[in-house]
Amino acid sequence: MTELYLVLGIPAIGALLLGLVRKLRLASWLNLGLSAATFVVSMVLALDVLAHGPRHSENLLVDPFNIYLLVLTSFIGLTTAIFSRPYMEHVCHEGRCSPQRMRLYHSMFQAFMFTMLLALSTNNLGILWVAVEGATLATVLLVSLYRTPEAIEAAWKYFILCGVGIAQALFGTVLLYFAAQHVVPNAEDGLNWLVLYEHAKDLSPTVMGLAFVFLLVGYGTKVGLVPLHQWLPDAHSEGPTPMSAVLSGLLLNVALYAVVRIKMLTDGALAASAHPHMAGYLLMGFGLTSFLVAGLFLHRQRDIKRLFSYSLIEHMGLATFGFGIGGPLGTFAALLHMLVHSITKSSIFITVGHASHIAGTQAIDHIRGLIRTQPSVGWGLLFGVAAIAGFPPFGVFTSEFLLLSATMQSWPWLTVSLLTGLVIALAGLFRHLHPMVYGAVPEGQSAVKVNMIPVAVHLLLVLWIGLSIPAFLANWLDQAVHLITGEGLL
Amino acid sequence: MNLMHLSLLEQTILVLGALTLFLSFALLPQARLTTMVHLFAWQGGLLALLTAVVASVGGNHHLYVSALLTLALKALLIPWMLHRLIRRLQLERHQERLDRQALVMMTGAALVIFSYWVVLPVARLELANTRNVVGLSLGIIQLGMLLMVVRRQAVAQVIGFMSVENGLFLAAVAATSGMPLVVELGIAFDVLVAAVLFGVFFFHIRESIDSLDVDLLTRLSEAEQEKLASESEGEA
Repeated sequence: MTELYLVLGIPAIGALLLGLVRKLRLASWLNLGLSAATFVVSMVLALDVLAHGPRHSENLLVDPFNIYLLVLTSFIGLTTAIFSRPYMEHVCHEGRCSPQRMRLYHSMFQAFMFTMLLALSTNNLGILWVAVEGATLATVLLVSLYRTPEAIEAAWKYFILCGVGIAQALFGTVLLYFAAQHVVPNAEDGLNWLVLYEHAKDLSPTVMGLAFVFLLVGYGTKVGLVPLHQWLPDAHSEGPTPMSAVLSGLLLNVALYAVVRIKMLTDGALAASAHPHMAGYLLMGFGLTSFLVAGLFLHRQRDIKRLFSYSLIEHMGLATFGFGIGGPLGTFAALLHMLVHSITKSSIFITVGHASHIAGTQAIDHIRGLIRTQPSVGWGLLFGVAAIAGFPPFGVFTSEFLLLSATMQSWPWLTVSLLTGLVIALAGLFRHLHPMVYGAVPEGQSAVKVNMIPVAVHLLLVLWIGLSIPAFLANWLDQAVHLITGEGLL
Repeated sequence: MNLMHLSLLEQTILVLGALTLFLSFALLPQARLTTMVHLFAWQGGLLALLTAVVASVGGNHHLYVSALLTLALKALLIPWMLHRLIRRLQLERHQERLDRQALVMMTGAALVIFSYWVVLPVARLELANTRNVVGLSLGIIQLGMLLMVVRRQAVAQVIGFMSVENGLFLAAVAATSGMPLVVELGIAFDVLVAAVLFGVFFFHIRESIDSLDVDLLTRLSEAEQEKLASESEGEA
């Protein structure tokens, strides 16, 4: 468990420490160092868990399901920190952000990482709630970091919508605890996930059904499920780009992770009732709606970061849908999709950050000719979007293909709507991408200092997963599938 | 459920719960912000009292801690902070007339009935004597959200937000005699941080739109974006 304490401790101490560091250069290097340390320790932890099986203490839990998300979280945290260093320096030179606010930025970056890792590794559903709410609180001031009227509006919307949404989740948690008190031997353990899972089939189906609805609405707001997604494009487009990268890659995954954990309990409780698949149906409905609606919204976007925020909603919808279908194949596909999507989407946000620095604006109409001006950014964006749109041989293709197979297996008719949605989304992305990458270069546009290493690493990873899923990763995901559905795929 | 079968203390819990709901109704059409803060403080005080009663009924000692915490946080500290903010923002005399008051109040009543209907299956389980309170607390949550919908003033919205939190707390205390202490402390911490952040935001909002009317925050809506874009095209 020492490793886990370290994984949580490093960012927690980092948040306090970086709040005190005044020198910007030092702070950004420290931020990078802390993120790297977290990543290394989480890798050590992962290898240990894979070799010796899951482990848990009273309040903490590491099993195959959350360990893969823990590694993913600390990995994206690290690459974003690498990207954030020159990027935020550039922002400061432009005078959009004062040194004092940069202190806040670095401190909150680590605080956000801490809440994410805590939410993933806790064994207590109450603490999970506290951590997810804490993540909102840590990021809300970062969304408004530039203090433009738009940024303030976005942050207010984010704060209020996510606050109210997550309040529903707390009500659901209270109901869950209420149901558990009559079942678990020691009432104090009523929020302990492992204990609950053991007694899931004894939980009252009525209360659990109701609790699941509230929890889904609550955490679903954070996942960005339509129609609870209103905050998401605003917060992603107005906040600093490194924030968009971590929000998209991590926060949404963690919220979806919470939903799946609770679905596992609900499925157990409802197994013997009249509606055993209620949770799955709800997830499928929300997921499919998000997927289709967001795909349509892609077409009318004028801000590049808003564009990719809608793409984000679309993919989270797809993953939610996969978990809703359930079964080993659907769950495996959803887990893989969460993984490859996070890696790809954060690389896209990083590229988009550079692209908007080159063009000096986020308006799609004014970003033109990236490949001519700066080939690395142009190609990065092109490959990133190709990957996210689901072109082979990238990993997203694999996960979407598996998802389609799972749908065909259990809900053949829905394949049609999935395929339609994929085509709509593809068209929506490429109609904007083409002029941005190939269009005529506007006068006076010149290259900026960029660091494309994180993007290259991310895209190569996705490519690797797409060409051949490494055996250890497949095995890893399979263990998670086994945990969630009770049977393995491989 | 037969009320007569409940012990006196359990009846007190129900009465206090009902009074909390009543205060939510009182908050809804209140025009003056200072009065809203007072009502909110009373709601917090009632909750603290209710928690203490639940603690003495069930003999859970950790509930006394959360009663004290509630009293300190929701009846004293947060109202005091809001008060100070209202003074610093010079909003003491600010009046906000609520359009269609009668309609809003009727909607509120309908929401409470709806909440009772939603938790009816839970109440039928007869798992706890005070299960009716789950309906009450869901009602308070819904009223808090309604308040946030109908009010345009940022401070009023925050009070709505905090009263949603009160409803949640009531549910936790009355239905399950309180969450585990770690969780409760975590929630209290989150609420406190949220209150501080809201204060920071009031100043940001006023700086950016020169008012605290959040209905003016419309730059990012999809419809508005479309309008801005067509305007800029027209100019070109």
